[in-house]
Amino acid sequence: MYLTNTETMPGKTIVECYGVVSGSTVRAKHAGRDIMAGLKNIIGGELRGYTELLSEARDQATERMVEQARQLGANCVVNVRFSTSSVAAGASEIYVYGTAVKVE
Amino acid sequence: MEFIVFIFLIALGYFIGSSKEKAHYRSIVSREKAMINLPVTSSKHPILPLPENVESHMVVGSVVISVDYFKKILAMLRSIFGGEIASYESLVDRARREAILRLKESCIDAAEVINLRIETSSISKGGQNQIGSVEVLAYATAIYHR
Repeated sequence: MYLTNTETMPGKTIVECYGVVSGSTVRAKHAGRDIMAGLKNIIGGELRGYTELLSEARDQATERMVEQARQLGANCVVNVRFSTSSVAAGASEIYVYGTAVKVE
Repeated sequence: MEFIVFIFLIALGYFIGSSKEKAHYRSIVSREKAMINLPVTSSKHPILPLPENVESHMVVGSVVISVDYFKKILAMLRSIFGGEIASYESLVDRARREAILRLKESCIDAAEVINLRIETSSISKGGQNQIGSVEVLAYATAIYHR
C-alpha cells in the first residue's frame, strides 16, 4: 500500500478512484506519563512519553485508514491529511483521511 | 514557605531550561547543516526532473516539547499587558524544526521531499492541570529516484 500526501502519485498514473477513506483514534494520556510530564514541565524540554503517545496514535489511525482502503481494493491512498482535535479533558483524537485509488 | 518554593521553581526553570534550550538549538543547527542536501518544499509538484523509476512514500515526524516554569510565569505576566510572547516563540520554533528534522532523518536517501504540511496537535490540552506543551506533527511525501 502506497501513501502520499500529494494529489497524484509521482511517476504513476491513477486508473481508478474509490472515494474517501479515513481512520481515527482517541487516546488518553497515561497517569504515570502524566506525572513525569508534570515534572518535566518545570525544567522544559522534550516530553518523550507524549511524543511516543502521539506517534502510536498516528500509526493506529493510519493503519485503520489503510485497512479500509485495502477492503475497497485500492493499492494507494493519495492526498492524505492529518487532523487533530481534543475530545475531552486529557484525551485527543487523531483523524487521518485520504482518497483511495488504484495506480499503475 | 510557598514563596520559597515558587522562587526555587523559577530559578530551576530558568537555569536548566535555558541551558537545555541552548543545547537543543545547537543540535538542531548541526543536524540541519548535515541534511542540507535534501531539499524540502511545500510545493505539490516535484521540483527536480523525474527519472524513469520513481518511488514515493509518505513520511512523518513528530515531537512534543514542554515549556519551562520560568517561561510560563513570563507568559502569564505578558498576558496581563498583552503583546508578543517571545519566550513561547522559541518553543514553537524548536518544535517545528525538530519535527521537520525527524521527518528528514526518516528518509535520508530520498531525492527530495515535497508537499510538507505541519500540524500542531494537542494531547494535553483541556485538563485541569494543563501541561504547557506544544505538539507538532510534520508530514510530507518523499520521492526516491531509483
